[in-house]
Amino acid sequence: MSQERLTGPAAIADISEIPPVVSEWSRFQRVFFQRKLVMFGLAVLLVVVFCAAFAHWLAPYDPYRGNMADSLVQPCWKYLLGTDIQGRDTLSRMIYGCRTVLMVGFITVTVAAIIGIPLGLMAGFFGGISNMIIMRAMDALMGFPFLLLALLLSAVLGGGIQNVIIALSIALVPGYARVMHGLTLSIKENDYILAERAMGASSRRTMFGHVLPNALAPMIVLATAQLGILILAEAGLSYLGIGIKPPGAAWGSMVADGYQYLLSNPVLSFAPGLAIMVVVFAFFMVGDGLRDALDPRLRGLL
Amino acid sequence: MSGLLEVKNLSTHFNTEGGVVKAVDGVSYYVDEQEIVGVVGESGCGKSVTQLSVMQLVSIPGKIVGGEVIFEGRDLLKYPANGPEMRSVRGARIAMIFQEPMTSLNPVLTIEKQMTEMLQLHLGMGREAARYRAIELLGLVGISGAGNRINDYPHQFSGGMRQRVMIAMALSCNPKLLIADEPTTALDVTTQAQLLELMKEMVAKFRTSLIIVTHNLGVVARYAQRIYIMYAGRIVESGTTKDIFSNPRHPYTRGLLRCIPRLDEEKGRRLVPIHGLPPNLINMPPTCAFNPRCGEKSTRCTGNALTPLVHVGNGHYVGCVLNNEEKESEHRV
Repeated sequence: MSQERLTGPAAIADISEIPPVVSEWSRFQRVFFQRKLVMFGLAVLLVVVFCAAFAHWLAPYDPYRGNMADSLVQPCWKYLLGTDIQGRDTLSRMIYGCRTVLMVGFITVTVAAIIGIPLGLMAGFFGGISNMIIMRAMDALMGFPFLLLALLLSAVLGGGIQNVIIALSIALVPGYARVMHGLTLSIKENDYILAERAMGASSRRTMFGHVLPNALAPMIVLATAQLGILILAEAGLSYLGIGIKPPGAAWGSMVADGYQYLLSNPVLSFAPGLAIMVVVFAFFMVGDGLRDALDPRLRGLL
Repeated sequence: MSGLLEVKNLSTHFNTEGGVVKAVDGVSYYVDEQEIVGVVGESGCGKSVTQLSVMQLVSIPGKIVGGEVIFEGRDLLKYPANGPEMRSVRGARIAMIFQEPMTSLNPVLTIEKQMTEMLQLHLGMGREAARYRAIELLGLVGISGAGNRINDYPHQFSGGMRQRVMIAMALSCNPKLLIADEPTTALDVTTQAQLLELMKEMVAKFRTSLIIVTHNLGVVARYAQRIYIMYAGRIVESGTTKDIFSNPRHPYTRGLLRCIPRLDEEKGRRLVPIHGLPPNLINMPPTCAFNPRCGEKSTRCTGNALTPLVHVGNGHYVGCVLNNEEKESEHRV
């Protein structure tokens, strides 16, 4: 189109003093990095990531092969957190357990979100028949309690970290779809969605460019809350023997294994249990920080 | 001047559990190029639904059941509601401004993002070009420091400023027609006046036609060249602004005029409201829709559910048995 006609009437505006785009990053840094609890959470997660990345280098012993002569040793200088019944070093197993936690947590949440969010978004946005098919399917999945569904799928697929991730992801999808569906239903009634359509935006652009960003803050909180739940769910599956297969190191199964020696060797259960608690808490804190830092409506307040 | 938009016999119905709501019932009107047209009526008279039907934005359970919307020679209703043809008309050729400036902008996106989106979508501008253009437009609608403000989020703007942003966005792609759906209802009186002046100025500058939908006759009195009066999903009177104000023929129009104060009248006149409410659109009276509230009804009124619009001279049409007959009798005399 003719550029002249476009700039013609608007040329009065003074465009000589236009500042550069203000960085959203600087505000993010300020809000996110200035809170002690968020920083604590971040530090914990960094330690976990570090441990997972350099487990083979950090762990003092082989986490999978025990030394039967040193079975059930109390914490000492040789074994900082003691050993289990098979003589495996608890600290080494916990360090290797970081890998399991991160893999199960992040991959599962990501997979579930990638499947669940668009499903809920489409169901809520288009309504009608697509809404019915998608949401009734989600209801059917939701009919099972979360852990029971994960248990069922895990049992059908067989154990192992890969199958645990698949099972937990499928079990999580309905939660995402439901929440996203509800958010979409309320967001799409807003005038700005009508205004966006009146400006000629396609359904896809409206859904992903305008509805989704408005739902992002609650979804991030949901995801971080679910990271915590997932770690516990994986622990539960491992406890029941259809999760991470021995001798794989997972915090949940360590808690379960140490349970029998709670009175004589409490550290066996307490150390991984405390790790689960701290990491879950850290995920929540970072999630909160992310939400506050990413939500533009809190601009100026934070 | 040639016709830009011609709506013929448009009908939009809502299928509800209680029955069919005929929100728009055989409405015809036209808008010429660079003309400002007012559509006036009470709440629930189908003013907004008519405009949304033109854009094919009526959502379920609403359905356009008949009529034609001829815009620049093409019948828009022939295109699928969400097809590429309709999308290329919306925003680019016909733009719309909504009633609630507080909620018409997406709260989680910056003004820049929302303004440049349209420019990039319809005009294929690059990101930088669109940004400069957006800043120019913001400056044009009177937002000072536009270069800084463009990075702000909607909640950092006041209601009047948001409506200015909406105007800038609506005009950004040089549309031929701007539909303003009660653009100033949610604003205070001083801001209303400023924004109406701005809109008038802008449509003149951009050579755009403007439809102002309002329940405020004062708004259209000053700006519109022609006025359509809507009641219960139908147009009951239309004519030039001068004719409507100086010689209103439909009892409803007269009623509307009686309840607003005027500067050019004798002191001490009482403002008379129209009693009652518009009829339930599911359960319309079998007579003229305005009959239950009409102060001028006579024996001739009964049994006339659909009163056709009758030309009473000088492009002035009226849909009332009483007054067009009076006119005819005047002719006879």
